[in-house]
Amino acid sequence: MTDSIDRSAAPAGAAPASGGAVSAGTPKIAIDDVTRRFGEVTALQQVNLSVAENEFVSLVGTSGCGKSTLLSIIAGLDAPDEGTVTVSGRGVTEPGRDRGVVFQRATLLPWLTAQGNVEFALRGERLSQAERRDAAREVLAQVGLEGFEGAYPSELSGGMQQRVALARSLSYRPDILLMDEPFGALDALTRADMQRLLIDVWERHRITVVFVTHDIEEAVLISDRVVVMSPRPGRIRAEVPIALDRPRGEHSREAPEFRAHAHDILAMIHERAAQ
Amino acid sequence: MASETPVVASPAAASPRRRPRRVGERLSPRRYAATAVATFVVLIAVWWAATAFGLVDPLFLPGPDAVVAKLIAQAQNGQLWSDIAVSVYRIFVGFLLATVMALPLGVLMGANAHAEAALEPLIDFVRYMPVVAFVPLTILWVGTDDAQKFLIIWIGTFFQQVLLIADAVRQVPVSFVQLGETLGMGRAGILMRIVFPSALPRIWDAMRICLGWAWTWLVVAELVAATSGMGYRIMTAQRFFATDTIIGYVLVLGLLGLVFDQVMRAAGRRMFRHQRAAS
Ligand SMILES: Nc1ncnc2c1ncn2[C@@H]1O[C@H](COP(=O)(O)OP(=O)(O)O)[C@@H](O)[C@H]1O
Ligand SMILES: [Mg+2]
Repeated sequence: MTDSIDRSAAPAGAAPASGGAVSAGTPKIAIDDVTRRFGEVTALQQVNLSVAENEFVSLVGTSGCGKSTLLSIIAGLDAPDEGTVTVSGRGVTEPGRDRGVVFQRATLLPWLTAQGNVEFALRGERLSQAERRDAAREVLAQVGLEGFEGAYPSELSGGMQQRVALARSLSYRPDILLMDEPFGALDALTRADMQRLLIDVWERHRITVVFVTHDIEEAVLISDRVVVMSPRPGRIRAEVPIALDRPRGEHSREAPEFRAHAHDILAMIHERAAQ
Repeated sequence: MASETPVVASPAAASPRRRPRRVGERLSPRRYAATAVATFVVLIAVWWAATAFGLVDPLFLPGPDAVVAKLIAQAQNGQLWSDIAVSVYRIFVGFLLATVMALPLGVLMGANAHAEAALEPLIDFVRYMPVVAFVPLTILWVGTDDAQKFLIIWIGTFFQQVLLIADAVRQVPVSFVQLGETLGMGRAGILMRIVFPSALPRIWDAMRICLGWAWTWLVVAELVAATSGMGYRIMTAQRFFATDTIIGYVLVLGLLGLVFDQVMRAAGRRMFRHQRAAS
């Protein structure tokens, strides 16, 4: 199967992986013909995707279409049955500090404070204790948690826990941030806050992000490119470059392109597979 | 104007109707305590009445007053304290040996699939062998002094603890382990810094439960062959028909078990308060 057949359902706005906002040169993440099976279930079938350096890519699709599996494979937490994944030109065989992961449920260690959780991630850096403390403080402040350094996860709301998790992942400056429905468990208002925060953080840090979500508007609002996946077997149906100006914010939702993108993507998700 | 005042609420609404208690609904702490105390009071009253009115032979069941008097006498002549001290010492050594050995093995079994396959079925099998049946064997092996008491407590708690600790480790969320991997931590680091602390509250619970059992095994061992300790005192009391001593010591044993359990519970609540709140 070739890309063009895979993406036959994509509208005119869709472009191959290397087009759109992506600059030339070797991709930061290259996924080649990746297949992953779980017994009878083919979670991913011959998936091809490349992500440019400092690009923000979202994966959307119905539940069970393999988004988490693909993210785990990039993270090195899972391995493909066929195909290869290359990050920064090197084949992925295991997880590493070049790729930070934010899980759907903030995996904060409950016996450590917010500060302690961030410092925990900084243990791998060559830092003195004082440097580690300052670095953790600084990154917590960046996600708006000044004054909550000493709070334990059980004392924080879901949104604040995700902020700590984000701070933890940013603290050791990975090249790539992999986020699996990080705001999926939050209420709508908190989610909007977190989207703003993420846009803000990304526009300042400019790191490569692969972001899984089932919220189409969230994907359009934040991403440079939205990758639409379809289930059974999991594959990529289309890639949609998002033509919205940066910096983005609430005002981006007003742009006519925003509605058009969201509408197109929804249609692609609901379309039945061509074959 | 007065006729314009709003209609007074109906009398029924003035006194709130009491809602029937929902299935599984809890009592307030005060009501709980009062009810619990009432149970004890009623039970002691029945016991006292049965003996005071001569319904049972005091030789078989002395009254609570007689039991308490006997205990006070034994406390005053020091016998009660020395018996408790000997038994507590044996519990501590036996239980500590079992725990120190069960910890690494349990963590290994919980974290490593090969260790689990190699050891879990075996330990599951051993744990169903009745501890009591080991008493004669342990006497042949190590005699009747303290070492035999340690061994019985060890047999009674080691295998159980290994299984419970392994289970506690298996309950650690996979995502915690994955977090460690994405942070570039090695297996040993993940085990020591993530898995073990994460499992610790449950491990503590396992230890608390096993400590309760340790008392049973100790008394069994002391009843069969000992020259000191709570079980030994009960055994000699039987020879002299000193039912007041027997009942008094049984009550003290129950009380000691309860106190140890409550102390460990309180310590656990303190040590793991953030972890418990999170889960
Ligand atoms: N560890 C696993 N074992 C068995 N099946 C799995 C496993 N992980 C994922 N799957 C299956 O693979 C498919 C894709 O799952 P997933 O990647 O979690 O989808 P998504 O994140 O898009 O909802 C689903 O059908 C799921 O049931
Ligand atoms: Mg998922």
